[in-house]
Amino acid sequence: MKFPYKIKFESRTNDVPKWLPLATSLGAVVVAFIISGIVLWLIGGNPFQVYRYFFTASFGSWGAFSDILVKATPLILIGLGCSVAFKMNILNIGAEGQFYIGAFFASMVVLVPIIPLDSPKWLVLTLMALMGILGGALYGFIPGFLKAVFNVNEIITTLMLNYIAIFWNNYWIFGKYSDAGFQMTPTFDKVAWLPRLADLAKDYPFFSGITLHLGVVFGLVAAVLIWVILKRSRWGYEIALIGDNPKAANYAGINIKKNIILVMMLSGALAGLAGMSEVTGVVHRLQERISTNYGFSGVIVAWLAKLNPFAVIPVAILFGALIVAGREIQPSGLSFMIQGTILFLVISSDVFLRYKVRIVRTHQEEMA
Amino acid sequence: MTNLPENTPYAVEMQDIVIRFPGVLANDHVNFTLRKGEIHALLGENGAGKSTLMNVLSGMYQPESGTIRINGEPVSFRSPKGAIASGIGMVHQHFMLVPTLTVTENILLGLNEPKFIMKLATYDKKIQKLQETFGLKVDPTAKIWQLSVGEQQRVEILKTLYRGAEILILDEPTAVLAPQEIDELMETMRTLVSQGKSIIFISHKLNEVQAVADRLTVLRKGKATAEGIDPQGLTRTQLAELMVGRKVIFQVEKVEREPGEVVLEVENLSTTNNRGLPAVRNVSFQIQEGEIFGIAGIAGNGQSELVEAVTGLRPIEGSVRINGTEVGNCSPQKSIRCGLAHIPEDRTGMGTAPNLSITKNIIMKNYAQDPISNGWRIDYLAAHDHAAELKEVYDIQAPTVETMARKLSGGNLQKLILAREISGDPKLIVAMQPTRGLDVGAIEGIQRLLLEQRQKGAAILLISEELEELLMLSDRIAVIFDGELVGEMAASQADLNQIGMMMTGALRSDG
Repeated sequence: MKFPYKIKFESRTNDVPKWLPLATSLGAVVVAFIISGIVLWLIGGNPFQVYRYFFTASFGSWGAFSDILVKATPLILIGLGCSVAFKMNILNIGAEGQFYIGAFFASMVVLVPIIPLDSPKWLVLTLMALMGILGGALYGFIPGFLKAVFNVNEIITTLMLNYIAIFWNNYWIFGKYSDAGFQMTPTFDKVAWLPRLADLAKDYPFFSGITLHLGVVFGLVAAVLIWVILKRSRWGYEIALIGDNPKAANYAGINIKKNIILVMMLSGALAGLAGMSEVTGVVHRLQERISTNYGFSGVIVAWLAKLNPFAVIPVAILFGALIVAGREIQPSGLSFMIQGTILFLVISSDVFLRYKVRIVRTHQEEMA
Repeated sequence: MTNLPENTPYAVEMQDIVIRFPGVLANDHVNFTLRKGEIHALLGENGAGKSTLMNVLSGMYQPESGTIRINGEPVSFRSPKGAIASGIGMVHQHFMLVPTLTVTENILLGLNEPKFIMKLATYDKKIQKLQETFGLKVDPTAKIWQLSVGEQQRVEILKTLYRGAEILILDEPTAVLAPQEIDELMETMRTLVSQGKSIIFISHKLNEVQAVADRLTVLRKGKATAEGIDPQGLTRTQLAELMVGRKVIFQVEKVEREPGEVVLEVENLSTTNNRGLPAVRNVSFQIQEGEIFGIAGIAGNGQSELVEAVTGLRPIEGSVRINGTEVGNCSPQKSIRCGLAHIPEDRTGMGTAPNLSITKNIIMKNYAQDPISNGWRIDYLAAHDHAAELKEVYDIQAPTVETMARKLSGGNLQKLILAREISGDPKLIVAMQPTRGLDVGAIEGIQRLLLEQRQKGAAILLISEELEELLMLSDRIAVIFDGELVGEMAASQADLNQIGMMMTGALRSDG
């Protein structure tokens, strides 16, 4: 006797309903937590307790939630930058390096200093933001130019440039601007600190200890901007066309080389701004390891958000929560396991968008 | 023609096959039989259910109802493996070969023998022997990329024969071949059946069917409109009616028209192919308003490169002018601004972006122009309206304009490209193989559109391998051979024989 039912995959002939991509992604996240729970249980832990702890450690208080948003801020900016590049099929995995160069350029404003430190705060911060954007964009220009003119594979150049950026940074914080021989510069003057909610604690005691800084607003504004570019602008149309079929784009008269360079620069600029936001909003100095792999997590965030600028925000917050909770929990690899499982399942859940899965009765004659 | 006796046993009997896809009945109680040693032709428009029926036979789909018998035995394939075991082999229209491997290696791919050490020399001999039996000449040690399309097809046939196929399904095998290669293929098919194989031959063309097939089955919209009839004595009009369900006029009306000003001037044009070898040599011609200039030739004689050179996609030596403006070695954008419409040979690779919507594909050439765009943004409402209007006018069959281009059939994809290119009121249309692979109904529509544009005063460069089409549409015809234009004549005085000889390089008349 054969099992009377079988699973059948049918290619979708109709368009996918609008809600389905969101539903499958959410479903994949839930299943990822269930699978991780089973692993936890197998190694002798109590998954319910762990998850409850996870939850309180990340969403349990305003302070913890603000920590998540602080972690999510660079992920939002980098995730957006990666989304733009990936949309055009440019695999920029150099956000880490662009982040460091952005941080470096921004820091130079106060370290050199480029303008007197008694200038108004808004002027210093605006200049730092612009420098961060410029640094990231220039660092994105290099692989973009090499790809456009010499057809050099951007995966390799962006990856290698990451190491160069990190060592470049190290040179300056060790050699030139070191704080008493430590691997960091002196703390910036307060004029170069991004405003935080905690600054308002004098008038609103509720905000005391809340570390959330203005950088998160950069992230939200950038999301709107990137959405407008991708979904409403001529440039966004060109990016989508090149990404889907560069030969068709060339045939339509679009300048592909120019677009490769511009998109790499935009992608780098967003990562550079993330670097500026991190040094001015969180660490308040240039030092080693200002990024905890934000550049690479940003790649994952972009994929999980299916390159949708608004979806980048909740995905970055989820990853921020995993980072924050990961600090609180032993073994610390746990949050990486969950991240990995989520990525794996979300990417494989695409099968539901391409196929209709039906459970059907096996045919009578086959049962005989 | 093999003239089999009536009582020859059946190799394949398919009865009352029903296949349902969401929203369509792809096969509606179809019957199909194939005798041993017979060539049975299967015809139908794109989407008529031919491929579905053959996929049922080769085990890819399981029918909802109906029975299949192979050599009298009822079978039920649950996967292609079962079908292969029963001796059914399918030669797909798109070859599934690895270009960097040799013929022998490709044939052995995926088999259990040889196990670890390849022992290629032994297998080369085996395959040589198989070739001699069936008259399929191809060097077993040659790499696939070195072979012509016809030779690659032979490798595909050898692949199925090596796997023990007794029943061969050839899916539109002639669509990719040059005229002589078609003759060779027909010869091979005759040899195969004389050796006891049976063949299902899918085709669009009546003359091919009449040349080799014993019987003929026609499908339309999932139903058989003719079951196993004798193809001899059938006229093209009758066959087209069976396929399309209405009368098709093969002679598209062409009105006499006095050509106007010169639109395209090509002077001493030379260019190279992707490997850097000369592909077009010192070609000069002019096309006037309201004139169709046809270029005949066997594929691979520089046609693709010539088209890319004229449309600004390939760097050139010499000069290309549209209405007096030099566009050679400029950007494709400049040619487009000069009023160029280009119907490319490769509809999916160049003509469209498969994962974008119909709307986004339709605005490809005018996305930067009013009313679709004002300044930096694109007005997607206007784009949607524009696309919906063209979808209606050009009868593009799709659920909505938001449907992805890759979900369109070949004919509808070509209509999309034509709609986009022609709606911009072009001064010059460069069309390469505009009707290749389409069914009779779609071909007629596309030819009519081209003639309409000629009437409106567009200059048209038409490149085709279908001589008949060229003779019917063109005002003047030239032949391209080895990158050179070897002869030019008025279409009314063209002689098929002469053109045929020029295409093979046996004759040239510079004039």
